[in-house]
Amino acid sequence: MQVPRYWREQNERYNLVGSSCANCGFTMFPRRTLCPKCRHHSVGKLEDCAFSGRGAVETWTVVHQAPDSHALEAPYVLAIVKLDEGPRVTTQIVDIDPSTIEVGMPVAACFRKLGESGGAGVIHYGYKFGPVRD
Amino acid sequence: MRPVYAVGIGITKFGELWERSLRELITEAGLAAVADAGIAGEDIESMYVASQSAGRLLGQEQLGVLALDEAGLADTHIPATRVEAGDASGAAALRTAYLSVASGAHAISVAGGVEKMTDVLEDEVATAFTSNSDMEWEGFFGATLPALFAMMARAHGSEFGTTREQLSAVTAKNHGHGARNPGAAYRFPIAAAKVAQSPIVADPLRVLDCAAAVDGAAAVVLANDEVAARLDGPKVRIASTAQGSDTLALHERESLTRLESTTIAASAAFERAGISADEVQVAEVHDVFTIAEILALEALTLFKPGEAAGATEKGLTTYEGKVVVNPSGGLKARGHALGATGLAQACEIVEQLRNAAGDRQVDNAATGLTHAMAGTGGTSIVHVFRAEGGGR
Repeated sequence: MQVPRYWREQNERYNLVGSSCANCGFTMFPRRTLCPKCRHHSVGKLEDCAFSGRGAVETWTVVHQAPDSHALEAPYVLAIVKLDEGPRVTTQIVDIDPSTIEVGMPVAACFRKLGESGGAGVIHYGYKFGPVRD
Repeated sequence: MRPVYAVGIGITKFGELWERSLRELITEAGLAAVADAGIAGEDIESMYVASQSAGRLLGQEQLGVLALDEAGLADTHIPATRVEAGDASGAAALRTAYLSVASGAHAISVAGGVEKMTDVLEDEVATAFTSNSDMEWEGFFGATLPALFAMMARAHGSEFGTTREQLSAVTAKNHGHGARNPGAAYRFPIAAAKVAQSPIVADPLRVLDCAAAVDGAAAVVLANDEVAARLDGPKVRIASTAQGSDTLALHERESLTRLESTTIAASAAFERAGISADEVQVAEVHDVFTIAEILALEALTLFKPGEAAGATEKGLTTYEGKVVVNPSGGLKARGHALGATGLAQACEIVEQLRNAAGDRQVDNAATGLTHAMAGTGGTSIVHVFRAEGGGR
C-alpha cells in the first residue's frame, strides 16, 4: 500500500482530530467532507476538532483468531468506545486484564503502534485505549 | 411495474470444491437455471452476475462478461454486468435483474452469483469477510467480521439477556436442516452443546457460531408475466424486492442491537407484496453468525426485539414452529459462498414454493422471503416470493 493512504490520516489517528460542524454543532470522528446531519449546509463550515480522548466502553470482545497483520497481538481486546464528546470509535483496549472489563468502564486514548506495511514498510501508529489512571 | 416471475433456478453443490473452477461453477448453475426454465440461451436479454471478491481473490474483474462468454453467449452481445454489494451481492444481482424485467426493459433476465474461496489462503478469505466492514476505521484497528458480530452479541446479551445456549440453538437448528440438503457443504447435525466447546474466535463467538466460506454458484432466470404464462412448469412470483442501507461502520449506528437496514427493507418489501410478516411461512436469512440470525429475525419483524433467541430455543424457527428459518441449512450448514449466497437463498425459497424441496419441504409453503446482508448490516436486501396456483 502506498504511504499517502496512511499519512493522510495521521492527524486523526495520532491526535484524535475529527470535525465539528459550525452550521449545526454536530461533532464527528473521523473527519468528513460533509456533515451527515445538515449535508450541503455544512459545505465550508466543518472545522477540525480535537477530541479529549476520554470515553466509555459500550461493548467489547477478545479477538482470539486475528488476521495475519495482528497475529502477534492476539488475543487482544477490541471495543466500541463512546467518546465523551459523542462519536464512537472501534479500538483496541490495552494494559488491562480482559476479565476486569465492564460495559460503561471509563477509558482514555494512548499512542501505540498499530501495524506495519510488510517487513520493510512504514510502521503505522495511532490510538488504542486503556484504563483511566488518576 | 410488470409482474416478475422466477421461472428457472440452478445451483451447484456448495463446499470445498478443489477440482472446480469459478468458470465451471457459474456455467453449471446458469445452465441448470436455463434448462429448468425451459428457455434457450438466446432468449436471455440481460445478465447480472454477482461476486463479492473475485477481483481480490482471483484477480478477475468483468465477471458478467466472463459468465456470458463461458455460457457460449458472447455472440448474442447482450448486456452482462457484474453486481457488487459485499456479501449481499447475490441478492443485489437478483434485485437488479428483477428491476430490469419489472421496468419492461427486458422480458427475460438471468441473475447469477459465484464465489471461489478455496483458491486462496485462509488469511485472504478472512480478509475478504472483513472487507465488508469499514477497513480504515474498523479493520485497520484489528476488527474482524467475527469480532464486530461478537460485540453485537455482547450488546444484545446485555440488553435482552441472550444466552450462550440460545446462540448454540441456532447452529443446531441450521445443521439439522442442512443435513437434509444434498447440496449443503456441511451435511451433518451438530448438537447445541458442542458449539460452546468449539475453539473461540472472538468472545463470545466460537467456530461453530460462524458460517464457513465455501465455493459455489447459483442462478435464477426471471421473466415477465407474458413469458411466464407461455412457459410450462410451476409459477413462483417474486412479489417484491426492497433494499436498505446504513452506515458502513458498526460504531456509527444509533443501535448496536438493531439492523435498521433490514427493518427498512422488510417493511418496504411487505408493503409492496401486500403481506404482513405473520404470513411468511419460510425464510432464508443471513446467518453469517448465530447472532446474525437472531438480529435478522427481530429486524425482519418475524419476532419482537429480544424474543428471537428464546423462540429459536423453543423450536419456533423450525418445522412445526412459527416460521421455518433457513431450511437449506443457511449460511452455516449450506455454506457461505459470498456472492452466490443471495441467489442460493432464492433457489431454496423457489423450491419450497414449488413444493419440490423433498425431505426439507415446508408444508403448504406459499409465501417465503429471502434476507441477504452485507457486513454488519450496511446493506440489507429482502425479496418476497409467492406461489401462484398453490404450487406445482
